[in-house]
Amino acid sequence: MNDNETPNQRHNADDGDTTVDQPEWADGLRQLYDSVVDEPLPDSFKDLLSKLDDKS
Amino acid sequence: MENSKRSAAEKADFKRELTEVVPHLRAFARGLCGRPDMADDLVQETMLKAWAAQERFEPGTSMRAWTFVILRNAYLTDMRRNRFRGEYDEGVAERILTAPAGQEEPIHLSDMHRALLTLPPERREALLLVGAGGFSYEEAANICGCAVGTIKSRVGRARAALTSMLEDGDIPQRSIGDARAHRAILQELDDVAAGKGIATKV
Repeated sequence: MNDNETPNQRHNADDGDTTVDQPEWADGLRQLYDSVVDEPLPDSFKDLLSKLDDKS
Repeated sequence: MENSKRSAAEKADFKRELTEVVPHLRAFARGLCGRPDMADDLVQETMLKAWAAQERFEPGTSMRAWTFVILRNAYLTDMRRNRFRGEYDEGVAERILTAPAGQEEPIHLSDMHRALLTLPPERREALLLVGAGGFSYEEAANICGCAVGTIKSRVGRARAALTSMLEDGDIPQRSIGDARAHRAILQELDDVAAGKGIATKV
């Protein structure tokens, strides 16, 4: 998606120098987020998006 | 709505960008309010508000940051109306938040999510934005309408609390249902809400 908006600011990036104070679970937080991002979009969202054009 | 000021092409661009950030909105909302069904309601509300306010979106700026502000404010409003009480559906979370295969030492994502939900809302959102969403401290500060130092402090406290809970395995089961914790959260919400300013300068 828009993940490359802030390529230098991904604090959990492998080589990021801001990772020094990252606790061990930090990657899990990203996984938690990414697991939802990667879910297929429910039909209700597709329906809503397709109706937006009529709502002007 | 004065959407007529936007050309059809601009509206198409807006819609495409909005469509692209929907998965991120769902992830942020899920982290904020825990219950997947409520989170998705919040995202749909956000999409409608964003569409209605598209005149205020500056093309070329971050759609993700702009819509997160809208989602955040909708969440705070709903929290204050007591729609979300940090209810946590164990079964749903267990099913959805499974760690990807290949994890050396599997992190119990459901534990992490539950721990996350016990944090005061302003620390939770700061950690979600920076630690999960990958926003810089500066971007997170813009989204929350507060100083960069405030965000850094909130993220630091949130990390310390999570580390303590996860390493000691001491995650409150129902801490948000606890009356004292709930009062404290509502008090903090007042402070958070005081700094909100919807999409005025994003």
